[in-house]
Amino acid sequence: MTETQRVVLFTRDDPLGLESGARLGPVEVAYETYGTLNADGTNAVYVCHALTGDAHAAGHHGDPGRRGWWDNLIGPGRPVDTDRFFVVCSNLLGGCQGTTGPGSENPDTGRPYGLAFPLFTVRDLVEVHRALLRHLGIARLAGAIGGSLGGMQVLQWVIDHPGEVDAALVVCASPRLSAQNIAFSAVAREAIMRDPDFQGGDYYGTGRAPDTGLSIARMMAHITYVSEASMREKFGRRLQHGDAPHFDFSVDFQVESYLQHQGESFLKRFDANTYLYMTRVMDYFDAFSDPVTVGARLEGTATRFLVVSFDSDWRFDTEHSREIVRHLQAWRVPVTFREVESPWGHDSFLLEIPEYHRTIQAFLDRTAGDLGI
Amino acid sequence: MALRPDLDVAAAMVPHGSRVLDLGCGDGVLLEHLIRDQECTGTGVEISDEGFHACVARGVPVLVADIDQGLGDVDDDAFDVVILSQTLQATHRPPLVLHEMMRVGHVGIVSFPNFGHWRLRWSLAARGRMPASASLPYHWYDTPNIHLCTIRDFEALMAHENLMIMQRVLLDARGHRLTGARRRRPNLLAAGAVYLVGRSRP
Repeated sequence: MTETQRVVLFTRDDPLGLESGARLGPVEVAYETYGTLNADGTNAVYVCHALTGDAHAAGHHGDPGRRGWWDNLIGPGRPVDTDRFFVVCSNLLGGCQGTTGPGSENPDTGRPYGLAFPLFTVRDLVEVHRALLRHLGIARLAGAIGGSLGGMQVLQWVIDHPGEVDAALVVCASPRLSAQNIAFSAVAREAIMRDPDFQGGDYYGTGRAPDTGLSIARMMAHITYVSEASMREKFGRRLQHGDAPHFDFSVDFQVESYLQHQGESFLKRFDANTYLYMTRVMDYFDAFSDPVTVGARLEGTATRFLVVSFDSDWRFDTEHSREIVRHLQAWRVPVTFREVESPWGHDSFLLEIPEYHRTIQAFLDRTAGDLGI
Repeated sequence: MALRPDLDVAAAMVPHGSRVLDLGCGDGVLLEHLIRDQECTGTGVEISDEGFHACVARGVPVLVADIDQGLGDVDDDAFDVVILSQTLQATHRPPLVLHEMMRVGHVGIVSFPNFGHWRLRWSLAARGRMPASASLPYHWYDTPNIHLCTIRDFEALMAHENLMIMQRVLLDARGHRLTGARRRRPNLLAAGAVYLVGRSRP
């Protein structure tokens, strides 16, 4: 059994300074931990979640059938071995699963922030993670790991604080989004913001929320998370009912029904404004925009990188990962890279793919060995 | 642990503190030595799963890639030294690999078994079977070594491709430096060789 905990890390009097210059307080963070911190505090691994994740990465909250989103990776004897490591996962700043975000109360108005919530960056996400570590009495990390937006946080973490992380594991991430990536984000946001129930983001407590827009955004994003091959295998052109098409506009194909289910179940756990903010965070991310400064910081860092991509991922294809590798290599940062074969597209990072898990396990084993943990 | 003799010869050609790319790095033992004992930084490139995991277990940075596809990901001059140790004969396009080495690194180190060695010649001549040896332990049908060459062949290729040989170390059958009069007939008497190569003069 695990439990989501909460802590207020920044207050109105001691606010979080954002990269934009804005100040934000209070900031409360929802987080979970697994395993035990050793006496020296040297065995911590931070798990950074992706666009729609939450703090509940592993274990369960009472129902063993409903486990955390990365439970196949994190646990006793698993690749991120909780017999060995103390694992921390928190809901991101701007989130909607316990951490302060656009749905939280704005102390200036006593009402939810909505779009008055300040824009933030991947760097800000990392600064909140670091504040949580200070609260937990951890000065440095044995490892930091994340997929997609999670991998971007890991990359930014090492760029900003190169001495703090021993092993940086960056899975199917990107150093900066392509025009196509941003285009997908843009259409998702349009779907939300053009929903008549969006109400300029101030939909909280009105009994109307941009559910149509949010579910369309999710449906479209979901298409980009899986591969054509996996959709063909899972659904093909199979019909929902019987052998004959209805020949109308109802949900007729199985793939339609599946997407609709994805869109609707997403509404139960996600807030439309958080979706806007998180996609924007990714759009603006550009890890190596200032190569001279980044290079000077990273040159000679002891942080070891593992970069992993999946061959069927077309959301952040292998080229994105290769670009990360190329930059790190140029500054003599030790980096190990492999593209893993998997038919499941971008979502592969959440799945139990033997060669992928074996690689993560081997990399973390070596790190643990070097740190004597 | 002592390095295999031929790797020791290659390591001696690598200046301290170099940026090293080891193509076909296998289990990463040479890079581990260079990183730990010669203050180098570096990366291996390996195609096999066993090699990849052996490198990860050693803590040696490694990229999974097929060097026959070129090194398109690597910037020009990204490395000081590019090593091709006992790998040239397993590549599909040796000239491409050699030119790619010289593009991404200032100097290259190339080692290979000498197919002109008398034992191999004798084996083929006397027994009429494809030769095998300690450094070429495969059958003709399962060998990864598709482009075996002699010392003379290699030097002719280097001349043809306008690449420069800066140093040559001849090896005996155990991988040690060849000594004495045997060095006068390298193509017959050396079991292998390690070359330090550079770009041609303009």
